[in-house]
Amino acid sequence: MYHPLDALFDFQRALESRFDSDWLRGTTAGTGAFPPINVFQQGDNLVAILEVPGVNKDDLEIQAKDNAVRISGKKNISYPEGVSLHRRERLTGSFDRTLTVPIQIDAQGIKAEYRDGLLALFLPRAESDKPRTIRIN
Amino acid sequence: MSPQELQVQQKREVDKKQEGTVPARTFVPTADIFEGEGALTVVLEMPGVDKNRVDISVEDGILSVEGQLDFSKYEGMQPVYTEYNIGNYRRSFSLSNKIDQGKIGAEMKDGILTITLPMAEEAKPRRISIT
Repeated sequence: MYHPLDALFDFQRALESRFDSDWLRGTTAGTGAFPPINVFQQGDNLVAILEVPGVNKDDLEIQAKDNAVRISGKKNISYPEGVSLHRRERLTGSFDRTLTVPIQIDAQGIKAEYRDGLLALFLPRAESDKPRTIRIN
Repeated sequence: MSPQELQVQQKREVDKKQEGTVPARTFVPTADIFEGEGALTVVLEMPGVDKNRVDISVEDGILSVEGQLDFSKYEGMQPVYTEYNIGNYRRSFSLSNKIDQGKIGAEMKDGILTITLPMAEEAKPRRISIT
């Protein structure tokens, strides 16, 4: 029987094996910048998933131009008045990052979804960019 | 003044007492803890965790929180470029105050779990008036 955690572990390894990928090197504004980005291929299209926990949907701004997507926003944390803080690990601040992908995307068709602190950007490959099968005569 | 630039916090793996039979990674959620008005509040960052996949328990003065990732979303996706790993979350804290177990409240929004732990009556400070 296939254990669900096995599937997770395989996926974790697949993610790790791509950590040193230079697929986007030089095109994405600073690796290690916030928010962290994972890019997946789903059929012909790309899906970028960003971790932005605690960021309000209204504080997220997404702009697209050609094959670049800019994600900016801010993360605020407010503590109720008069409390004493025991532990403060969560960070606040603003962010601005541009993701440029090495394929032509249909900027009009980009969709964004925000749920459980994850921002998913669906980047459809432009029709003109899809590979054609060349028949040998 | 412009707000400070937000930094990436590297995910820390859970230090396990025993090794799991499946070597999947589990991460420690980033936390804020504050106390006020007779309650302790624990705030945990667990991006990708749905509210129905959170397990909270208080036993023998230990608060344990587990969040399971909704992994089905990643089905059919091939990673091409990655900067972070994903996994389940787990963290526990030993509580120094007695907690009123029946009144523990929890709320989940945008990947942030907020747990309110009201202190038991006997643990609340009483003002002693001098006569």
